[in-house]
Amino acid sequence: MAGASMKDIKLRIKSVESTMQITKAMELVASSKLRKAKERQERSRPYFTEMRNTLASIESSTRDFSSPYQKQRELKKRCLIMIAGDRGLAGGYNSNIIKAVTEKMQGGIPTCILPIGKRAVDFCTRKGIEIVTSEFAEAGSISIADCFAISNLVTQGYLSGQFDEVSIIYTQFVSMLTQTPKAESLLPLKAENGQKREDLRTLVLYEPSPEEVYDAIVPGYIAGMIYGAMCESVASEQGARRTAMDAASKNAAEMIEDLSLRYNRARQGAITQEITEIVAGAEH
Amino acid sequence: MSTFHLKISTPDGLKFDGEVERLRVRMIDGDVSLLAHHMDYVSAVGAGEAAIVTADGQTRYAACIGGMLAMIQNEANLIATTFEWADDIDLERAKRAKEAAEARIAAAKNDDKELLLAQAKLQRALVRIGVKH
Repeated sequence: MAGASMKDIKLRIKSVESTMQITKAMELVASSKLRKAKERQERSRPYFTEMRNTLASIESSTRDFSSPYQKQRELKKRCLIMIAGDRGLAGGYNSNIIKAVTEKMQGGIPTCILPIGKRAVDFCTRKGIEIVTSEFAEAGSISIADCFAISNLVTQGYLSGQFDEVSIIYTQFVSMLTQTPKAESLLPLKAENGQKREDLRTLVLYEPSPEEVYDAIVPGYIAGMIYGAMCESVASEQGARRTAMDAASKNAAEMIEDLSLRYNRARQGAITQEITEIVAGAEH
Repeated sequence: MSTFHLKISTPDGLKFDGEVERLRVRMIDGDVSLLAHHMDYVSAVGAGEAAIVTADGQTRYAACIGGMLAMIQNEANLIATTFEWADDIDLERAKRAKEAAEARIAAAKNDDKELLLAQAKLQRALVRIGVKH
């Protein structure tokens, strides 16, 4: 029992130790990435709040306002923007998103998906779902410019009647420990009715016309929503990974403790046996 | 000359916050130059060069693409999708982007989506190159 088993246990301990080093490093990396994602989101916030306010004030200060982005149409086809991660080892992050998308797709309405992230692309190809574009397969490297490209794609598709509704499915960052998948509708835009603002900008000069300004701003606004969801998802992914890696490190520590105990027992056993053998030999 | 307060924000954060004499931006229907005490004005930004004359008389140029410009009660707010000062533009990178976009347009003859993406990229690259010169 003693010799070989002692060596085995020692090897196990070594391998668990190196795994623990990796999970610890991944945990640290995830923490710093998470902080960066949060910062990016903070920085972009004023830009989008201002845009939202302008859209709202155009709506409320213009009589007979109408925009193709607001019109409710018969729902024949739906477009989903799905944000998942590029890699695994992030707890339930990817599977939760996939679950949410599958749920959303029930009901028989034809759906196409614009996947962001490698896992999302894989999911669509596996299930044979129509893909709008697989250009954005790397969620980690999506920039603001990419969000604008995505926004242009979906707004064009929406205007040309390719689909009648656009929603985005992402993971909301509730807290360090909780991240929940969430679906939000992007198009058609909901009218912010009833919200009469105090500073009615009635005497504002909209050039060339309120409708044109509105329609020109909408893609930027949508891009902002996508970017916000993107940042939130990245933060969630890192949060989920951090938690998963934390648990893995703890498990590894436990295993090492357990294995060390077994190793010491085996060592003790081996020594005892040797002594017994020597003593037995001396008696004869 | 009298000045007005201008704030330029982008998704990357605040790019400028201070007093300016004049602001010129390419809107969706052409260049617009704003001076102090302009009437309340809101419009959408196109793609092109922007120039501001700061309170000390210096002129600064930038590439400005997309977004909106609002001048409300002598407070100008430029919300730009992309706003890069001429000094910050990487000319080599823009040239590379231009070539890559041209190649993509040539390759994507029948693919409308691909064409749309590539055209947008080309336009951005061209604006950057134009401002830098």
